[in-house]
Amino acid sequence: MKKILILGGGTAGTMAANRLRQELEPEEWEITVVDQSKIHYYQPGFLFIPFGIYKKRDVIKPRRDYLAPGINLIVSEIDVIEPDKNRVRIKEGGRWLPYDFLIIATGTHPRPQETPGLLDGEWYRSIFDFYTIDGAVNLSHRLRTWEGGRLVLNIVDMPIKCPVAPLEFIFLADWFFHKQGIRDKVELVYVTPLPGAFTKPKASKVLGHMLEEKNIHLIPEFYIERVDPERKVIISYEEEEIPYDLLVTIPLNMGSDVIARSGIGDDLNYVPTEKYTLKAKHFDNVFVLGDAGDLPTSKAGSVAHFQVDVFVPNFLRYIDGLDLLPTFDGHANCYIESGFGKGILIDFNYDVEPLPGKFPLPGLGPFSLLQESVINHWGKMIFRWMYWHILMKGRELPIPAQMMMAGKWS
Amino acid sequence: MSAVLEKVAVNDEGYLLNPDDWTPEIAEAFAKEMGIELTDRHWEIINFVRNYYKEKGQSPTLRQISTGAGVPTKELFKLFPKGPAKKVARIAGVPKPEGCI
Ligand SMILES: Cc1cc2nc3c(=O)[nH]c(=O)nc-3n(C[C@H](O)[C@H](O)[C@H](O)COP(=O)(O)OP(=O)(O)OC[C@H]3O[C@@H](n4cnc5c(N)ncnc54)[C@H](O)[C@@H]3O)c2cc1C
Repeated sequence: MKKILILGGGTAGTMAANRLRQELEPEEWEITVVDQSKIHYYQPGFLFIPFGIYKKRDVIKPRRDYLAPGINLIVSEIDVIEPDKNRVRIKEGGRWLPYDFLIIATGTHPRPQETPGLLDGEWYRSIFDFYTIDGAVNLSHRLRTWEGGRLVLNIVDMPIKCPVAPLEFIFLADWFFHKQGIRDKVELVYVTPLPGAFTKPKASKVLGHMLEEKNIHLIPEFYIERVDPERKVIISYEEEEIPYDLLVTIPLNMGSDVIARSGIGDDLNYVPTEKYTLKAKHFDNVFVLGDAGDLPTSKAGSVAHFQVDVFVPNFLRYIDGLDLLPTFDGHANCYIESGFGKGILIDFNYDVEPLPGKFPLPGLGPFSLLQESVINHWGKMIFRWMYWHILMKGRELPIPAQMMMAGKWS
Repeated sequence: MSAVLEKVAVNDEGYLLNPDDWTPEIAEAFAKEMGIELTDRHWEIINFVRNYYKEKGQSPTLRQISTGAGVPTKELFKLFPKGPAKKVARIAGVPKPEGCI
């Protein structure tokens, strides 16, 4: 019996496990998933919780329900990976799990402890995150009774997972305070280490323009060093200060600690990964899917989905002794919620930045790229249903994994 | 523009198109444009960035320079104000760091 061990049963690990289970004979291949938590979170839903659009119960499901029968689930923290011995130790009972093939899908996680001051007394009082369920829920309580003031959103450093989520947050905040009737009492400030609203030039221009229209103040190229929670200011490495009444932080994102403990990651605990095949650079029977790798594309659920689409057929070639094909192109596809029931959609890969056009059918859409529309908003809202019922069940979406240039104009 | 810079090919943002075209004179000229006077400490970092690029085929991020060259982030901001990673990359003749996507 050959063993496939999957570390992390989140977006990427769950999809990979289910798709491999469909393809591989149960008599020949054992598939085991290890995750520290029994709950599977729909993280894109965290964005909507602070504004009361979703509740906690809308974004959590039992992890077991989303793994096909015939997949073993072990609930335990992973302690260490020993790739040269083809084994992994879990915390529960100190047990060793041997493998023939390993898939690392342990994701990336916010680290507020890396920025001095964030956790010192004002955490979940005047300082919040929304990248965790606790942060999102606590912020929803705060916003319900907040009477206005200066709300500063600060991105500590890149890369972060879902690099559009902070923009979506500030767009939704604009809409939310309008709806509460206090927009005139709220100052919205978007503070980023990037030179503009977003990473890629064309999208950055469009999104920067939207910030302006919504009267959201953009402060680019600000590298936070620390927070003074008593004086309520964030302070940069160059000693510039920005005051706030309410601080929403996107803390430094880092890969799982088990990557560091195993000595197989870079300085942010990301595993060096081959760009086009998703194999770990230093190991021939290890693959890296989702946010855990160091690929130069966005860390996003949509990317994880396109990765799994190209990984599964490639893996089936590999175990038959064929070469891996260089089929992953870095494809990302993100809905950006822009408030007032509208959204924007961007589609890009390693080489091509987001361009205007129509998606997925050239010329027809129905979704518009890099342009606000009501239907893009519905694409985002329907995505939660698709996540649980199609993607996590190992079914395929009728969207090609590789990016298409048809339907885009530059 | 200085005479050294007139002869080299750069992209829209002023980064060298070909890292092999780089010379210490180019570094001096870029630094001057940015109002930075290069000291030994600057050179340590520039050399680190060039070696990093040679080895890994990509430019280091701020964090990678700080851990790799053992220079505190705060000092990097003093030496290369306003976006040290981008400034050193340009002076060292390597592409703009793509750490952020
Ligand atoms: C607020 C927010 C909004 C987002 N919006 C979008 C969006 O609109 N569109 C989009 O495409 N993406 C979005 N994303 C990003 C998306 O959720 C992630 O990119 C995606 O979940 C990555 O999948 P993954 O499998 O790599 O990691 P995850 O889904 O995070 O799974 C990693 C798993 O590994 C487990 N794990 C880690 N370390 C250990 C250990 N040591 N021991 C045991 N288990 C461990 C964790 O418990 C977790 O279950 C958003 C994310 C956030 C936070």
